[in-house]
Amino acid sequence: MPAVIDVEHLDFSFGSGALTQPVLKDITLSIRKGEIVLITGPSGSGKTTFLTIIGGLRQAFHGSVKVLDQQLINSSEQVKVKARQQIGYIFQQHNLLKSLSALQNVSMTLEMGNALTEQQRRDRSAEALIAVGLGDRLDYKPGQLSGGQLQRVSIARALVGQPKIILADEPTASLDKQSGYEAVSLLKRLAKESQTAILLVTHDYRILDIADRVVELEDGVIKSV
Amino acid sequence: MNKLAWFYFPARLAWRQLIFDRSKLVAAICGVLFACVLVFMQLGFKDSLYASAASAPVKLSGDLFLMHKQSEAMWRPIQFKRSELMRVLGNPAVAEAYPLYLGLAPLKNIKTQVKRTLMVYGFDPDSLIFNLDEIKNKRHELRLKDTVLFDEYSRPEFGPMRSLLEAGRNVTEINDYKVNIVGLFRLGVSFAADGNVMTSDLNFMRIFPRRNLSEIDMGVIKLHPGAPVQQVKAELRSQLNEFVNIFSYEELLKYEKDYWANTAPIGFIFGFGTVMGWVVGLVIVYQILFTDIANHRNEFATLKAMGYEHGYFVRLVFASAFFLAVLGFIPGYVLSLGLYHLAESQMYMPMPMLWSKIITVFLFILSMCVMAGLLAIRKLKDANPADMF
Ligand SMILES: Nc1ncnc2c1ncn2[C@@H]1O[C@H](COP(=O)(O)OP(=O)(O)OP(=O)(O)O)[C@@H](O)[C@H]1O
Ligand SMILES: [Mg+2]
Repeated sequence: MPAVIDVEHLDFSFGSGALTQPVLKDITLSIRKGEIVLITGPSGSGKTTFLTIIGGLRQAFHGSVKVLDQQLINSSEQVKVKARQQIGYIFQQHNLLKSLSALQNVSMTLEMGNALTEQQRRDRSAEALIAVGLGDRLDYKPGQLSGGQLQRVSIARALVGQPKIILADEPTASLDKQSGYEAVSLLKRLAKESQTAILLVTHDYRILDIADRVVELEDGVIKSV
Repeated sequence: MNKLAWFYFPARLAWRQLIFDRSKLVAAICGVLFACVLVFMQLGFKDSLYASAASAPVKLSGDLFLMHKQSEAMWRPIQFKRSELMRVLGNPAVAEAYPLYLGLAPLKNIKTQVKRTLMVYGFDPDSLIFNLDEIKNKRHELRLKDTVLFDEYSRPEFGPMRSLLEAGRNVTEINDYKVNIVGLFRLGVSFAADGNVMTSDLNFMRIFPRRNLSEIDMGVIKLHPGAPVQQVKAELRSQLNEFVNIFSYEELLKYEKDYWANTAPIGFIFGFGTVMGWVVGLVIVYQILFTDIANHRNEFATLKAMGYEHGYFVRLVFASAFFLAVLGFIPGYVLSLGLYHLAESQMYMPMPMLWSKIITVFLFILSMCVMAGLLAIRKLKDANPADMF
């Protein structure tokens, strides 16, 4: 299987000069198509930072980070924007647009420059919401949905564009045990169907069993693979 | 499809965000509405001022006009010699030349006895230098001693002249001199005079005992039909003394308007008021857009993380600005229309709602909102997608 994410000898630090604080040290990690990888580790070990670099949200300068064959190290804004468009994101908070309905929120992923018609976008967004079990909540605004439902809307939003990669940072943190587990299993099931790779950061040891592989990060170094 | 999407999608999101928070939308619309009404009123008063300032010369019937160089406007003329005017008769293109005497004087309200200043025009009743039928018809009466015609469009403070005349009460005083009002005409008030009275040149000298016929305020020249006005003007210019100005009809109107626009502080005051309306509206709209971006910072950062480009948000902000401009302009226009009617009926000022003014104000409001948008987009930089995780 080809690698969708290929990280080699990545170094990253915050700050400059005397205040330089190394956060990631010589990280090498490769993720294959459709693979589900969980990252755990103590607070402050650099998990979120790692995710933002892979997602093209933060610029790194040393090493190699290839996402879908695009080099993100020292890349231009255009390259990063392109990478972002090919990745689905699930945040710790749902981060839905509160003025839009569930359907419109999911459609936002499809409104980025591809050639679907309005009707096609609606249909695909509705399908995605039905897939996460929210077929009866299409026109609800975020204010009218529960935390678990909101996180499921954001899973639908991440998946609807059929990305090859999904990045998720503690997606279960704001959910109770039950709905957290349900959300992640749902994510796994849908991702496996479409051969989507998942890189998921979590502190939640109850969900480790969904992973193909667990990576532990400590002080910016990968401890065990 | 793509060209359309380029603006349609951000505009649609801007619209959805605007209508989501109704109370904030109403506040925003009120801000734009306020600026809109302010600018409409300032422009309305200003145009009304210019229109009425020129109401006296508008009805003058002549091809060329002489005024002293130092006369800033018709309402405050400097006199010059009648003989200077008569020299123009030497030019073969000139058919007639008539002096016009102007003076401000108090007229006593027949009913209340209260005195109020108006403009008195004195001229030869047979000269027909005013294009007003009532004056042509009454020229025989005007030739009698102590007779005047009163402007029906004067401010109501002078008394209900029409009904007074019908009741036979036509005696009053101008400049403490007893006169008979023998008829009415229609001219209109200006910022300089609340009313107008026309009389013969001889009666004018009786009302203003210190004036004499050889010192005139204005000369009205009529050319033979078909004579080239600008050419005759140039010829007269070389013949006449330095201290007189020669105007064509259009130039005279412009001279009067320019006086109010530039020389008089009033033009500046209205210009200043207009600019202030723009600035106040700008600050309000900027404040609204700015807090809107701040409130949506996380949402924008999320969209950026999903791959939306900076330009999308710039278009979104400008679309918001455009919607606010339109949504504020419509009620602002309706309200201003009402206020214009109020001003016309209560203050006797001509305040027509012209298309040109509607378009001007809309462009003004639009430029205000666009400027506010330009200032507000800097705030977009705060939406950093890396902060979303
Ligand atoms: N924007 C920033 N500027 C400077 N330092 C930062 C910034 N963001 C994170 N750091 C530092 O980088 C280190 C790693 O942070 P990071 O957020 O990646 O940790 P994490 O593993 O995600 O922790 P947690 O499990 O608590 O979310 C921390 O020491 C943090 O203080
Ligand atoms: Mg973190």
